[in-house]
Amino acid sequence: MNRAVIEALELIYPSDRLLTRDVELLPYESDALTAFSAVPGAVVLPINEEEIIDTVRLCHQMALPFVARGSGTSLSGGSLPIPEGLTIGLNRLNRIKKLDPEQRIAVVEPGVINLHITEAAQPYGLYYAPDPSSQSICTIGGNIAFNSGGAHCLKYGMTSNHVLGLKVVLADGTVTTFGGESVDGVGIGPDLVGLFVGSEGLFGIALEITVRLMPQPELYRTVLAAYNDLGAAGDAVSMVVASGLLPGAMEIMDRLAIKAAEASVQAGYPDAEALLIVELEGEALQVGAEFDQLLDTIEESGAFEVRVAQNEAERTRIWKGRKGAFSAVGRLSPDYIVQDGVVPRSRLGEALVQINELKEKHQLDVANVFHAGDGNLHPLILYDGREAGALEKAEALAGEILALCINLGGSITGEHGIGMEKRDYLPAMFSEEEIDIMQALRRAIDPNEIANRGKMFPGGEAPALSQHGMHPLERAGLISRE
Amino acid sequence: MATAIEKCVHCGFCLAACPTYNLLGEEMDSPRGRIYLMKNVLEERLSADDAQPYIDRCLGCMACVPACPSGVEYGDLLVSYRALQEDQRRRPPLDALARKLVIETLPYPRRFRLAAQTGKLSKALSAALPDAFASMLSLLPTRLPPARPIPPVLPAQGARRGKVALLPGCVQQVLAPEINYAAAQVLSANGIEVHNPPDAGCCGSILLHIGAEKQARDIARRNFTQFPADVDAIITTAAGCGSGINDYELLFKNQPEAERATEFSRVVMDFSAYLAELGLREPAGFEEERRVVYQDACHLIHAQSLRAEPRALLNQIPNLRLLEIADAGMCCGSAGTYNIDQPTIAAELGRRKIESILAAQPDVIVSGNIGCITQMRQQLELQGNPLPVMHIAELLRQAYDGGP
Repeated sequence: MNRAVIEALELIYPSDRLLTRDVELLPYESDALTAFSAVPGAVVLPINEEEIIDTVRLCHQMALPFVARGSGTSLSGGSLPIPEGLTIGLNRLNRIKKLDPEQRIAVVEPGVINLHITEAAQPYGLYYAPDPSSQSICTIGGNIAFNSGGAHCLKYGMTSNHVLGLKVVLADGTVTTFGGESVDGVGIGPDLVGLFVGSEGLFGIALEITVRLMPQPELYRTVLAAYNDLGAAGDAVSMVVASGLLPGAMEIMDRLAIKAAEASVQAGYPDAEALLIVELEGEALQVGAEFDQLLDTIEESGAFEVRVAQNEAERTRIWKGRKGAFSAVGRLSPDYIVQDGVVPRSRLGEALVQINELKEKHQLDVANVFHAGDGNLHPLILYDGREAGALEKAEALAGEILALCINLGGSITGEHGIGMEKRDYLPAMFSEEEIDIMQALRRAIDPNEIANRGKMFPGGEAPALSQHGMHPLERAGLISRE
Repeated sequence: MATAIEKCVHCGFCLAACPTYNLLGEEMDSPRGRIYLMKNVLEERLSADDAQPYIDRCLGCMACVPACPSGVEYGDLLVSYRALQEDQRRRPPLDALARKLVIETLPYPRRFRLAAQTGKLSKALSAALPDAFASMLSLLPTRLPPARPIPPVLPAQGARRGKVALLPGCVQQVLAPEINYAAAQVLSANGIEVHNPPDAGCCGSILLHIGAEKQARDIARRNFTQFPADVDAIITTAAGCGSGINDYELLFKNQPEAERATEFSRVVMDFSAYLAELGLREPAGFEEERRVVYQDACHLIHAQSLRAEPRALLNQIPNLRLLEIADAGMCCGSAGTYNIDQPTIAAELGRRKIESILAAQPDVIVSGNIGCITQMRQQLELQGNPLPVMHIAELLRQAYDGGP
């Protein structure tokens, strides 16, 4: 990185929070999507919002591209560094500034971990609803950028439904606030909070976030149903919804995903082609009535085994297996691609059959884990990066799965975002005019296109796909695979 | 057979569990970051010297292992990497000297006792010594407790329910001989015959932990012939011994004693695990309610998955109220020789731990590990707080005696 930039950064940061040596930069070169990597020019670790504002203003003046990073758990390469650009690590801004149980809101810094809000709200009988599987480590800043979802978004909506107000620094250095503390909506004018949430870091950085807290459900009933056929599990989801129920969550895992999760947390899942997890939640009286109806529907759907969590520990175990399922697939395969597509719920069974056909065609294994309730598919494409051409083959299958989602009337992302990974698929989903409007909006806020440059829109310089060989730790004889 | 370690998928689930990441907030000081650094060193993208400070800062607490959905055996990786690098490493002279002192004294009770007594003299001089020595000396008590002898065989009281041998360990038997004494008494009170082989000693974990692999092996193999073959279990009262012995398969990989080492490690059990499995004879308990915080040692809760067992024992003591604390799985900073190598981080982790514990307002702190006990005592001493800290075996012993 050029000397002038470093000197300018040195005026903002002490040396221990301005990282420039290789040993400090390399660990930041990927987020949770390791298919891409890029070494940043520098990493800064601000500890207050003034430092962030100064940094963004400096980037604007010097036309230096930057990306904000929380815990680096993006599955779409959202926090992948920009080569020679600046990575702004926000994980130290992790204070919950205010928690108001009367108003049921919390005001937090961007580096606060999702689950920590719920933990802080728990004594008041409240919680923060969006629950991405990585909620124990992902930060609210990243959740805002990618409008994160989670298993329970079926009933309560995504991050955008839970953010009431934002204080942001835009990419041109302007500091402003959107929305406010009112739970009753923003009132007049355009929904600027809505515009910012899900903007994938292209508009700037959220400095302070006001989120809505919800009362903890009085009762949960968590049901695990096992099927001999993946399509039948998919159809069961439509049946449950058609019966008039709106569960808190409906999740499906297929055989391969079950195997991985079981190896990881010994959740005690039954041996099945597919598992459906349905969770009812709410007031005891209502949940009680819904529960009987749910069991009837599940019985009708052809489940060969039905289990009901008898206590909180059993419920936690069921969810732990599901939430760790992506990473657990690392036990089955040296490499994999996590896909994130959406199909209309009613066409879930159809989509699964087609994915199965594609998998046969490409001769690759695919593990399916998905938020079935809202049709959000997460096929995990397994491949071995040590084989020449394997990554490209997996990428090709991933592309066909996304095309399938669009053809069925769905979308190329449910919650992971476009990021680096899916930017080339954006035109398949949006018309030229729509993309032009997005670009115009972006340039109005960020004329230099410095904020998270290279993401979301197709084209531009792309860091090369990482080529995996044999893992160096294996070569050194330190690790082995069985 | 080598333990299978699958590749880290970089998901970041380990970050939340890592004490240094929580404290320092840098990717290099996280499990995921360290694995990435090790990878880059081996790929020759980075020099080992550059990466070393971050690897050194790892506590080896293993909190990342149960947190990892992909099943990366981080512990095996760290131990292997440290051993590999240790051969090639050039340390600054003072560092090297401190390390040599650790290697040459800690595992040997007689030498350590002597060093501790000499240390007592030089404690006054510690201000003038370099940091590494000062922190080493600050760990030593002002006065060594007299060792109460444990007979070679302590008979079972009442109906005999089992036969075990006690692993004496190294540092603990000098700094806190009362722990093994209490453990033997409690086992005996539970109908267990307790053997105490006079020549058994250090298990080598403390050396394995700092990458002194060969020395660790040399000292570990001396124990293989010291124990009766017909015991139900060899009992450890220090968390690090139990988890270190679990690693014998790795330590003795491709060695002539590989089979014997694995066999040995299968018989070894932590004090709390053995008693919980056997079932406690109901103790008399305490006259007045005793509020107790059980401080989880990393090498019990993470490395040996022993969370429920010690709590089950405590819950069986009449008039004992077991309290839970925030971040129970977070390391207290003791971590073997860590408080010697990384005094600043160790002290901050200790301070945080004591803060969580005191918030629960206990009458006594209990742990299953001498390192944690020492660390807690040091932190309390800094605050002038006289709260007692003891090993779970000592509290159980009091419970059988009806209190101190």
